[in-house]
Amino acid sequence: MDLENQKRVKEFAEEYGPENIVVVLGAAEGEAAGLAAETVTAGDPTFAGPLTGVQLGLQVYHVCEPEMKEEFDEAVYDEQISMMEMVLDVDDIISEMTAIRDEYCKF
Amino acid sequence: MAILKDKKVIIIGDRDGIPGPAIAECVKTAGGDIVFASTECFV
Amino acid sequence: MNSVIKGASYILVHTPDMVLYNGTTQTTERIVNPESEYLKEVPEKLRSYEDAVAYWPNQTYIGNVHPEELAKVEFPWYDKKMEGAQRYGKFGEIMPEEEFLLLVQASDMFEVVRLEKGFVAAHRDAFAADPVISSDIVERVHEGVELSEIEHFVNDEHAEGLYFDGQLVGCVKAAHDIDQNLSAHVMHENLMSKASSVLALLYAIRNAGIDKADVEYVIDCAEEACGDMNQRGGGNFAKAAAEVAGLVNATGSDARGFCAAPTHAVIEAAALVKSGAYKTVVVTSGGCTAKLGMNGKDHVKKGLPILEDCLGGFAVVISENDGVNPEIDLDLLGRHTVGTGSAPQAVIGSLVADPLDRAGMKIPDIDKYSPEMQNPDITKPAGAGDVPLANYKMIGALAVKRGELDRKELAEFTTKHGLTGWAPTQGHIPSGVPYIGVAREDILAGTIKNAMIIGKGSLFLGRMTNLFDGVSFVIHGNTAKEQKAQAGVSEEEVKGLIAKAMKEFAASLLAE
Repeated sequence: MDLENQKRVKEFAEEYGPENIVVVLGAAEGEAAGLAAETVTAGDPTFAGPLTGVQLGLQVYHVCEPEMKEEFDEAVYDEQISMMEMVLDVDDIISEMTAIRDEYCKF
Repeated sequence: MAILKDKKVIIIGDRDGIPGPAIAECVKTAGGDIVFASTECFV
Repeated sequence: MNSVIKGASYILVHTPDMVLYNGTTQTTERIVNPESEYLKEVPEKLRSYEDAVAYWPNQTYIGNVHPEELAKVEFPWYDKKMEGAQRYGKFGEIMPEEEFLLLVQASDMFEVVRLEKGFVAAHRDAFAADPVISSDIVERVHEGVELSEIEHFVNDEHAEGLYFDGQLVGCVKAAHDIDQNLSAHVMHENLMSKASSVLALLYAIRNAGIDKADVEYVIDCAEEACGDMNQRGGGNFAKAAAEVAGLVNATGSDARGFCAAPTHAVIEAAALVKSGAYKTVVVTSGGCTAKLGMNGKDHVKKGLPILEDCLGGFAVVISENDGVNPEIDLDLLGRHTVGTGSAPQAVIGSLVADPLDRAGMKIPDIDKYSPEMQNPDITKPAGAGDVPLANYKMIGALAVKRGELDRKELAEFTTKHGLTGWAPTQGHIPSGVPYIGVAREDILAGTIKNAMIIGKGSLFLGRMTNLFDGVSFVIHGNTAKEQKAQAGVSEEEVKGLIAKAMKEFAASLLAE
């Protein structure tokens, strides 16, 4: 994850408390989604950014996961995102995200 | 229980996946309070 | 009449030493993790020049392999070598680092580049042997200086080192003591972009079969900025590169727009020519040192060599309709507007469907789409997926939504109307334009009738707007004959008729 974005995530977690934060991702692939999710839960796996060694354990979802879709207005989702379901490997994204949440999410 | 409602939401979009502003449009409809939305670019 | 694509060039420069010293992934790592394992591994994971030449996507880029042929090579490609791969291709070449450093010095007008004497002597002949490097450029190469002088600049004056095979062989000095915009780092970045643009220009002139003096205007569409502290992006890489390339009759300017810039620039060039403002315009761009090894960490982690080891450049020559070459159709332009939004379907809709709608065409009516042609061998291991394929799926999905394609035909659409990516991840370089050279040839050969070039740009990276951007245009076969036939009378005939009428009128006046 971009270093500046990591810094912002860290600052918001300090400001609002990690339990009050949800991170929503739009990654193009399962693996990239998993890495971003790992960064905001277990710390930066690339050891480059401000979240290196910081285990925030934030709640994190990919925008195409069913838990998210359920909460969105259907028409808006259809207009903004639905077409990408034909493009992305949603099953792979779900399995990567679920694995990271099960292991590292604290909330 | 709702996941997004009244939570502080951080959006990390992806230029080749779903960009931040498109995610933000959806999150708003779920009652999430967006504190940060950005889009990453790997290419 | 629409302007035509007279020729195009595609060049690569193998710069493994710059991966380590100038790629931002590596320079950032040196700041945050100076002792990291990754930095130690980088030199071992860099490819030799021969390996970079034998790399299938690189051979595709310079025109020795057709994209259709590349698609038949079993994926992944990094572990396969092309037999009989050549340095030179019909579109350009893969220049080795040592020769490129001489071109960089020849492109430097302010004596900020210093090369070591022995290094210059060892490589000057090879540099001069390059078919597009003319004697005026070779003459610009200085004899060189002592290594101690270079060491002094690097150690004491913040100069950027120039390395070859891990050895210090030169430097780029700061052009100002205080001004950050003229620092050695910025000068280095800009000179590499400029010199690779020069190489692209030289090949484009050759490939189009025109004289250097024919070029009236050059548009540079790279992603660098040159200027001083009072005009940070003051610019004109275009004219600076045109000077070195010997385009004596050209002026020019820079177009910027992240990865979308090349497509913006080609549309601007086509419009300038069609309007009659200039007869021949060249769109050019050099490469980007910052992006070298951008995804290196992922490549190394997965046991791949560092694949982002080349600077990329391209140039396209656009000129008046010659009745032969493929045209850029200015009636078929797509544009992502301020109001379009960033939903992927809205983006693709604005770039692909809207212009076709205006012309009464359907998505499958375009034979080939060229959106972002990044090499998936580079992007897949880095978690960015197969970018061209994702674009084709989006275009196909939109066609399905519009009822122009059956959902079952979606997979076939991506191969029939798509291409496998081959371009280096040099930001603006892979965006739409890598296919222009191939499309020109395929349209001339009649294997395709048209192609859409799509450029997309991540404006938000500049922190000035959250907006996305993109533009598109369509290339198709030459229509001059049909237009003439439709018009009934040619321009010459009209001129003749007018002249005759004027003569008769003058005669009648005299008679009175």
